[in-house]
Amino acid sequence: MKVIIGLEIHCQLNTDTKLFCGCSTDYRDDPPNTHVCPVCLALPGALPRLNTKAVEYALRVAKALNLEVAEECEFSRKNYFYPDLPKGYQITQYDRPLAERGVVEIEADDGTPKEVRITRIHLEEDPGRLVHRSGRDRAGYSLVDYNRSGIPLIEIVTEPDLRSPKEARRFLNKLRNTLEYLEVFDGEREGAIRVDANISLVGHNRVECKNISSYKGVEKALTFEITRQKNQIARGHEITRETRHFNEGRGITMSSRSKEEETDYRYFPEPDLRPLRVRDWLDDITLPELPDARKARFVAQYGISHNHARTLTGDMKLANFYEKVAGDDPVLAATWVADTLLGELNYRDMKIDRVPPAHFADLLALVRVDAITDRSGVDALRTMLDEGAAGEEMELPSAVVDRFGLRKAAGDEFDEVAAQVVEAHPDAVADYHNGKGGALNFLVGQAMRETRGRADARDLGRRIKELLENKEA
Amino acid sequence: MISEREVESIAKLADIRIQKEELGEFTVQFNAILEYFDVLDRVEAAGEGRADLVNVFREDEVRPSLPVEDVLANAGSTEETFIKGPRVM
Repeated sequence: MKVIIGLEIHCQLNTDTKLFCGCSTDYRDDPPNTHVCPVCLALPGALPRLNTKAVEYALRVAKALNLEVAEECEFSRKNYFYPDLPKGYQITQYDRPLAERGVVEIEADDGTPKEVRITRIHLEEDPGRLVHRSGRDRAGYSLVDYNRSGIPLIEIVTEPDLRSPKEARRFLNKLRNTLEYLEVFDGEREGAIRVDANISLVGHNRVECKNISSYKGVEKALTFEITRQKNQIARGHEITRETRHFNEGRGITMSSRSKEEETDYRYFPEPDLRPLRVRDWLDDITLPELPDARKARFVAQYGISHNHARTLTGDMKLANFYEKVAGDDPVLAATWVADTLLGELNYRDMKIDRVPPAHFADLLALVRVDAITDRSGVDALRTMLDEGAAGEEMELPSAVVDRFGLRKAAGDEFDEVAAQVVEAHPDAVADYHNGKGGALNFLVGQAMRETRGRADARDLGRRIKELLENKEA
Repeated sequence: MISEREVESIAKLADIRIQKEELGEFTVQFNAILEYFDVLDRVEAAGEGRADLVNVFREDEVRPSLPVEDVLANAGSTEETFIKGPRVM
């Protein structure tokens, strides 16, 4: 059954101040209600004053996503009562948004390029944050923190062009990545992106899922919703057209009585703000190299695979890191960053900006001149990252290698170990001469253990085989 | 013309409780207010706003926020530095 998905994505813009007042947006670790002024609180007489930077950031996004910017646009009031909204209305854009009709290219499930149409982008203010604490005496109220109230948001609305939860996730990843390249958005900030998804099966009613606040959550919520709707239909029930809330912890969506109908919001033009005529600002906006262009350049300039280029450019900081360590052997660097480092970072829940590029380049140099085996390289990397994860200063990999004696066993030591192993296992030697194939592997394994991974298994195998053949003669 | 039902629904949205017997009175008042707009619509040049007055901006410069004691001064009830509000879901 064909699935139809459209998304509404709210992203916080990383300006220094709020959308309509000079309160700092940097409230991350501060107590509730410490980044608040009369405008945030809707005290009588307080008037909004529009942040020019927020408009510029929104225009950057509009340009990057190929939207047409309106010649003139304006703000509107969306009226409703909720404790997170002290004015009793949210300042947003309604019938005259900043920009309309754009397009983003993603990869469809079958790997072919696919265009997702963008309906519109508009600017609005974030409401405050409600906290519900558990406990019997606490059930009757909400706690309100207005630090978030007035943070600039852009809402990006897509046409119903997505066909699977995986596509939706790929779209969001692409969008997040693009916003980070544009330097208008900090994806690591909690609640920086929030998604509402419209989802339906062809020929049936549409359901809106609200309250999805993570990238993984989108895929989970949509997958749950598709299964639920298919089951409903299989049981002969019609799908109710409704709003459902996603419960991240339980991974399910739950019906919520919809607050208001669209007409109940009684939108009207915001009389405290003048209209905007900012289309010509586009001429002054120079877009940076965006993810797709960077991916193509990585393949051309560094000669790395498409897969590696896709992984490396999938996160701006990772791509920057790669370019710092690519050095004389960009293919080797790509393999080590994309295939090894990323996994080790994930395992430790560390971010790429914790790794000093010079340290990683030091490691690559050792691997490149064959001074250590790949396995020793991984060991040195793990030691270094463990130190970082423990809050200690990271050692240079070459120092780790020296401290643990990880440099490749070679020459005499190498021959000695091979000889010792052959000497110590006469049974295996006999088995080898009797044609038992496993005997050689056994001996190599023993030798590897002796050298603690400092030797290549293939080299050791060759050396042991020589010894065995000589013994026979 | 605004009907009593519309007044009832607007009162609900505005979170204002009005009695059934007050509906008629408010409906008359609503319609009287709206008639003023009809008058304004008939005025020549009405609705011709200041088309040149656009793009009023503020620079993205941080200004001090209120001390938290002042923020909480008008709150009926607080917990830590949160403002307590009614439970909503």
